[in-house]
Amino acid sequence: MQTFKTVFITVLIAATPVDFLIAQTPEERGLEISLAADQRDSGWKHQTSEMEMILRNRAGKESRRKITNRQLEVNGDGDKTLSLFHEPKDVEGTAMLTFSHGLEPDDQWLYLPSIKRVKRISSKNKSGPFMGSEFAFEDLSSQEVEKYKYKFLREEACGEFECFVIERIPQYENSGYTKQIAWIDKAEYRNIKVEYYDRKDALLKTLELSGYNEYSGGFWRADQFEMTNHQTGKSTTLLWQKYDFESDLDENSFNQNALKRLR
Amino acid sequence: MEQFAIKWGKWVTQHRVLTIILSLGLAMAAASGGQFLSFTNDYRVFFSGDDPHLLAFENLQDTYTKNDNVLFVIAPKDKKVFTQDTLAAISDITDRAWETPYSIRVDSLRNYQHTEAEGDDLIVADLYEDATSLTNTDLARIQDIAINEPFLVHRLISEDARVAAVNITVELPGENEATESPEVAQHVRNMRDYVEQTYPNLDVYLTGIIMMNQAFPEASLYDMTHLIPAALGIILLLVFLQLRGLTGTVGTFITIILSILAAMGMAGWAGIRLTPPAMSAPTIILTLAVADCVHILSNWLQKYRGGMGKQEAMAESLRINFSPVFLTSATTAIGFMSLNFSDAPPFHDLGNISAMGVMFAWIFSMTLLPALVTLLPVSSKKRRAYGTEVIDKFADWVIRKRRMLMPVMSVTIVALVVMIPRNELNDVFVNYFDERIEFRTDTDYVVDNLTGMYFIDYSLDAGESGGISNPDYLAQVHEFTEWLREQPEVIHVNTLTDVFKRVNKSMHGDDQSWYKLPDQREMAAQYLLLYEMSLPYGLDLNNQIDIDKQRTRISATLETLSTTNTLAFEQRSYDWMKQNTPDLYTTGASPTIMFSHIGMRNIISMLGGTAFALVAISLLLIFALGSLRFGLLTLIPNVAPAAMAFGMWGLVDGEIGLGLSVVAAMTLGIVVDDTIHFMSKYLRARRDQGLEAIEAVRYAFSTVGVALWTTSVALTAGFLVISTSSFTLNAEMGFLVAFVIMLAIFVDFLLLPALLIRFDSWLMGKPADTAEESAIAQPA
Repeated sequence: MQTFKTVFITVLIAATPVDFLIAQTPEERGLEISLAADQRDSGWKHQTSEMEMILRNRAGKESRRKITNRQLEVNGDGDKTLSLFHEPKDVEGTAMLTFSHGLEPDDQWLYLPSIKRVKRISSKNKSGPFMGSEFAFEDLSSQEVEKYKYKFLREEACGEFECFVIERIPQYENSGYTKQIAWIDKAEYRNIKVEYYDRKDALLKTLELSGYNEYSGGFWRADQFEMTNHQTGKSTTLLWQKYDFESDLDENSFNQNALKRLR
Repeated sequence: MEQFAIKWGKWVTQHRVLTIILSLGLAMAAASGGQFLSFTNDYRVFFSGDDPHLLAFENLQDTYTKNDNVLFVIAPKDKKVFTQDTLAAISDITDRAWETPYSIRVDSLRNYQHTEAEGDDLIVADLYEDATSLTNTDLARIQDIAINEPFLVHRLISEDARVAAVNITVELPGENEATESPEVAQHVRNMRDYVEQTYPNLDVYLTGIIMMNQAFPEASLYDMTHLIPAALGIILLLVFLQLRGLTGTVGTFITIILSILAAMGMAGWAGIRLTPPAMSAPTIILTLAVADCVHILSNWLQKYRGGMGKQEAMAESLRINFSPVFLTSATTAIGFMSLNFSDAPPFHDLGNISAMGVMFAWIFSMTLLPALVTLLPVSSKKRRAYGTEVIDKFADWVIRKRRMLMPVMSVTIVALVVMIPRNELNDVFVNYFDERIEFRTDTDYVVDNLTGMYFIDYSLDAGESGGISNPDYLAQVHEFTEWLREQPEVIHVNTLTDVFKRVNKSMHGDDQSWYKLPDQREMAAQYLLLYEMSLPYGLDLNNQIDIDKQRTRISATLETLSTTNTLAFEQRSYDWMKQNTPDLYTTGASPTIMFSHIGMRNIISMLGGTAFALVAISLLLIFALGSLRFGLLTLIPNVAPAAMAFGMWGLVDGEIGLGLSVVAAMTLGIVVDDTIHFMSKYLRARRDQGLEAIEAVRYAFSTVGVALWTTSVALTAGFLVISTSSFTLNAEMGFLVAFVIMLAIFVDFLLLPALLIRFDSWLMGKPADTAEESAIAQPA
């Protein structure tokens, strides 16, 4: 799969001048950019990171959560993620395992240390809020190319970058969104901003990513995700740190048994 | 003053065209502000920005989510909700409800997140999906789940399974208040039309905060299109009968229309958003403006038909009426401006618009009216003014019977005044709208058949982050919930403890004996996490749990209660909490609470307003009458009418709502007009012409008696028209004001003359035998 993508991209890029001549459609251009972005973020194999989540309500109150993430890149399917919750204290040691897929619903399990049991989560509902935050599962899970239909809209400046602006229409069932508009920087194909539109096609949330650092292998990761809900006035900040691509992880670190072993 | 009045009268009658142009210019400039006017559609306008109960409710909504909603209620004609067809319709409605502008949440039977154990897993899913594939067994099972689920029953499904609802929660951005709420209402009304057309078996009823908001402009519009024309017709008919001529009637019509337009335009310039109370201002202005016109025109016609030239007669009329018309307008305006003491901003608007209208009426009746009518043809045929003979006979009777009238009237006044304490503060805010407004009839149906419109939210604080999972806290929340459910007023309680119990049961293989609260903190927190992870978009628990998981919101739906009963219930809940769950003790917040408290707050603040109006008006009178003693005497006919009216109200009805709390202050400025006209004529006779008290009374009756009676009838008629308003606050206010005005004319005619004669020597500041001489010497 990976090889296919590489070839596909290479051909596409090589064919670009010709493409202009045969009038590429906005849909084709959108897909091309998304494939290129996916291509650039391929090959990292596995990573670990620490995440702090800061929730804010309209009254200005804040609440914090802490989570450690481990991710495994899966060729030909969505990534596998293992999240270990540290805070709030009441859910310390709770761990979540996600096998994300393209159009198929993700598989998810939650390990509850209080009863020492692994419970499968009804997987259709991935549009609900993640731990009471403004992020839904579907915002955080791995972004496979086939999850959306794309349409290139325009190019424009976005903050310090020059961006492609692309519309993405979810193709998987039970999404909370009718569409997303993503700003992707032309230099490194990183997500700079995403707007989420709800079922009545009204702007629901905006995600802004900042503090991009380049890690070994040429992978870019943002330090900060800022999600603002325009309808409720609530917002959530994700602060990422200790990105590590060198840790010792493999398939066996991502199964139900591994959930219980996590500390 | 007199010199100025003469000059004014001359100038106006000699520069008629210029006067008309200038007045029209002023009217247009003011009226052009009308372009900024719009109807408000937010119940919150009834509360000032610093209303403590409004602030508490806003804070609660900021901590969780907003409560603004539309309850889309469907009643199948076959009285069965759990059929394939009706459930399919609910699915359809649910999907369409999501397209409602500003919707953030939709709750229905379809998307109720039912939990079930499946092997070792927790399944959280819609109660049903494809309704057309449901078998009778499925339908029975779904019905059984629904009517036994405390979250649903009495809220989204009636206990007898005959009526169901879809609740749409919206979060209005508040960027364009004029359009947001109507957009939502329009969408759900289109949905209703669609549903009634597509599913002929279903009747639809719409209620909720948004529909209530929408009822405000609808009531305003109803009043505008029905009450204003009716009042205008009645008043003009009365004017026509009094003046016996078309010219004067046309002049009056133009004057009052311009006064209304100018006042409403000024409201636009001032940025006032129109509310039903403010919309009674046009009717009030037209009713009050008439008095100025009648006084000026009747004196003019009198002089003209007595042989003076048109313009000369008008100049003379303006001279005579200059002071009393100004004084009455000023006192009326002061009375209305005292409404600024009210706690409910719509009454500020009502007061300010009316006060501006009254002052515009004064300006136009001193400028445009005389200039216009003297340009128009008018019959100079002599006519004996209607009712003059009657009033003269009446004056004789009053003077003859004065020794009897004084004690009888005094006793009557005292007897009624002592009844004032029988009044109690009471209001039912859903009933602010009468049955002509759709919101009211729909809400009545919903309250009778499904759920309540009233609710109180309690934000229960566990005292620490994550504390909502603490078993001690949960046990207390549960106790409070159970207590609420035992209360006869309570229809439904939405509480997190039900969620904990349900999840706990499903975590134990759906064993009913596990339908109880988890007994360990970590376990409860982790169950909650698992459950929250399983919820779809828009059906999360963020409306019940704050972000720190330190507080939960309990929402109690109540039946429709009067404010007294609401306040009693509120107090009972606080007392119970202090006694039984002191750690949770908090105050409730909701529109129900807000409306229940504003009545009392308003009465207290309007006492201040009434006192202000009384002092200001009395000082003005003392100054105008040139006598402290006469000024003090007028307190009796000025204060007695409102006091008597409230005493009478105590006997007949006894319930005082928001609308009635402004009546005393408002009427003070109006009833004082009668006193001013009567006293100014009396004093003219007593002081200038040196007549004795008895003769002066006769003179006063003869010169202004008929006009006072006519204007009182006109005012009463005008306010009785307001009493037919579709907005109960206005209707009650209109009725009581009409009543006060009638009482005022009785006091002025029956008691005031007796008082003037009886206390003449004290009033004139001399012993009785020398009163006559000194009165001659006294400067006017």
